[in-house]
Amino acid sequence: MAQALFDKIWDVHLVATRPDGRDLVYIDRHVLHELHAPHAFKKLAQAGRPVRRPDLTFSMQDHTVPTAPGRGDFTNAQSTPFLQAMREGSRQNGIRLFDIDDPEQGISHVVAPELGMVLPGATHAVPDSHACTVGGLGALAFGCGTTELEHILATQVIALKRPKRMRIRLDGALAPHVSAKDVALRVIGEVGVAGGRGHAVEYAGTAVEAMSIESRLTLCNLSIEMGARSGLVAPDEKTFAWIAGRPWAPQGAAWDTALAHWRTLASDSDAVFDREVMLHCSALEPQITWGTDPSQVVGISGRVPELAAPGQESAFRRTLDYMGLAPGMALAGLTVDRVFIGSCTNSRLPDLQAAAAVVRGRHVAERVIAMVVPGSSTVKREAEAVGLDKVFRAAGFFWGESGCSMCAGGNGDRGAAGERCVSTTNRNFEGRQGKGVRTHLASPASAAAAAIAGRIVDVRPMFAGGS
Amino acid sequence: MQPFTRLTGVAVPLLRDDINTDEIAPINRDLNPDWAALLFANTRKRADGSDDPEFPLNKPQFRRPSILITGRNFGCGSSREGAVWAMLATGFRCIVAASFADIYRENCLQNGLLPIELKGADAEAFAARVVATDGAAPFAVDLELQLISGPGGEAIAFDILPADRMRLLEGLDDIDFTLKHAQEIADWEKRMRSERPWLQSAQDARH
Repeated sequence: MAQALFDKIWDVHLVATRPDGRDLVYIDRHVLHELHAPHAFKKLAQAGRPVRRPDLTFSMQDHTVPTAPGRGDFTNAQSTPFLQAMREGSRQNGIRLFDIDDPEQGISHVVAPELGMVLPGATHAVPDSHACTVGGLGALAFGCGTTELEHILATQVIALKRPKRMRIRLDGALAPHVSAKDVALRVIGEVGVAGGRGHAVEYAGTAVEAMSIESRLTLCNLSIEMGARSGLVAPDEKTFAWIAGRPWAPQGAAWDTALAHWRTLASDSDAVFDREVMLHCSALEPQITWGTDPSQVVGISGRVPELAAPGQESAFRRTLDYMGLAPGMALAGLTVDRVFIGSCTNSRLPDLQAAAAVVRGRHVAERVIAMVVPGSSTVKREAEAVGLDKVFRAAGFFWGESGCSMCAGGNGDRGAAGERCVSTTNRNFEGRQGKGVRTHLASPASAAAAAIAGRIVDVRPMFAGGS
Repeated sequence: MQPFTRLTGVAVPLLRDDINTDEIAPINRDLNPDWAALLFANTRKRADGSDDPEFPLNKPQFRRPSILITGRNFGCGSSREGAVWAMLATGFRCIVAASFADIYRENCLQNGLLPIELKGADAEAFAARVVATDGAAPFAVDLELQLISGPGGEAIAFDILPADRMRLLEGLDDIDFTLKHAQEIADWEKRMRSERPWLQSAQDARH
C-alpha cells in the first residue's frame, strides 16, 4: 500500500502497541534543555530509574543562558539554579552536556542539525515544541512535555496515538528578499493556528525543493504554530551533502550504507494524505504579523483587517488593544522600539547573512534597541570569521552569545511594556517577549530593515540600485 | 498519578479560543516556583500591577475552582508542562474545551487533569449554564459514566477515548505501563544494530 514518508518512518520505529492502543515509537536521538530536564532528572532519581540510553541523549544549555559577553553561571542569578541542576543531572546520568562554555553550545534545534546528530529517517525528541525544526532534514521529531521527557529517558520510546497526515505543497519561485519565514507565516495565515492539530505535516513542492537546508529548518520550525507537532521535508541530495562530514553523522562505510537507505526516503507518488494544502509562492511579498498569534499576518503592503472574523469580535478588540493598533491601519510605517534577530527559527548563518546584507554600511535608527543573538556558538564563530559581527556592531546592534534569548525571555532578555518589537522568532503571544511587549514576527531581512528605518518597512527597496 | 473518577466543584468560564501556554503559565525563572501563583499571572493583573477584578479567577466565587470551560485549541504554543501543573496547583482537575492543542492534551493525561472535548450545541449549552450559575452551585464530572451534571439542565454526555479514560480512572504510571514492553524495546534495538546501525550509535568522529 502506498505510504507517506511519515508512515514509513513511524512504522520502522514502531516497537509495540500498548493495550491502551498507544504506539511505542523508538526515539533515536533525544535532546534535553535546562529549563525542563532538571524536573525530570529529579523524578527519575526519586523513582530510582536509570536513563536507558545516555549514549543517544544530549543535554543543551539554551533557554536560560545569558547572552552577555563573558557570561558565566552567575551572570544572571535566576539562571544559576537551572544551569547547575542541568550540569549535575547530566553528569549523574552520563549524558553528554553542551555546557555554557562549550565551543559547540547553542539552541538545541540549531546545534543538533549542525553537528550531524539529526539524520534523515531518524526520530528525534526534545522537551520543547520547536523540536519540529529538525524535520527540515527529513527526521521525524516530536516536541514533548516534562513527563514525556522522563518517559523517554527511562524507556527510549514515546507513547503516542498515530497522527493524521497533511501535505502542504508550496510551488513557484520566491521573489528576491522573500524567505522561508515569509512562506511559513503565510501558510499559518491560511490554515490558522489550529489547522495542523492532530496532523504530521509534510512540506513538498518546487519552492521547498529549491530551499536551502537552513530555509527548510525555518519552514519546519513553524509547524507547531499551526498546531502540528511534527513537520518534515523529504531528504534529497542537498540534504545528504549538507550532512556529510558533520562530526556526529556516520562516517566512511557506515555513511555509504546510511546514504543508500536515505535515498529511499520519500512519500510514494500515490500516497494519500488526510488533508492537502496548496500555496503558490511566486507573488508572495515579505510578511509581518499584526496580532497576537502567528496566523494574524499580512504582506508588508497590507493592513490590519477592518473587521473581526464572525464570532471573534471581542478577541479582535482585545488583540488590537494589546498591539496598540486600529482596524484598517497600515503595518508599514509603524514606529519600532526594538528589534530581535535570533531564535531557533532564524539564527543560522544564512539568516544572519540576510540581515547583514541590509545592515551593511547603515546604522540602527536612533532610540531603537537592536540585538543579534546567533543560534549557536558555532554559528557565532562562523559569522565572526566572515566579519558579520563587525557589520552588526558598526551599525549599533548588540552582538550576543548564543541561546534562546528574547524568543521567550527565559534568560531575562525581555522588552519593556508598550514597546513595539520586530522579531525573527516564532510567537507573538501577549507577554511572550516581556509583559506588554508588542511583537511583530518577520524575516531576518525585514527585521534588519525595521532596525535601520526605525519603523516597519518593506525591505526590498533598500536593495534598489544594486547594493 | 492521582486517579480521576468523579469530581464535584466550581466551574469557571474563560470563553476564548487559542489560549496559549505562555498565557496559562508565563515562563518561570524559578526552578521550583509557586505554580498556583503562575496561573494566568499576566492576564489576571492590570497594567498597574493590581488584580483585574473582571478576570474570572480573581472573582470571589471562583477562588476555589475545579472545572474550566473554554474555547478551541486550548493550550497551544510551548510544550511547557508547568501550564498543567499551575492548573492543578490552583485546584483544577478538569478542563472542558472545544478542542485542545496536541501536546497540552498529552500533558493533561500525564497528570490526571481530565481534558474533555465538548463541541457544538452541547458546548454552548454547558457554557451558558456555567455562566448563569456564576459559581453559586457546583457541577459534577463523572468519568465512569462520562457525564457532566449540574444546575440549569440535564446531564451532558461526553466522549473520551477508552484508553485515555482507563488510564485516568486507574491513575496508571505510564512508565511502568510501557516497561511491560521492555523486551520488545531491547529486541528492536538489537535488530536495528544490524539493520540500521547508524540509528543505534551516536559518536563524535573527532574523538
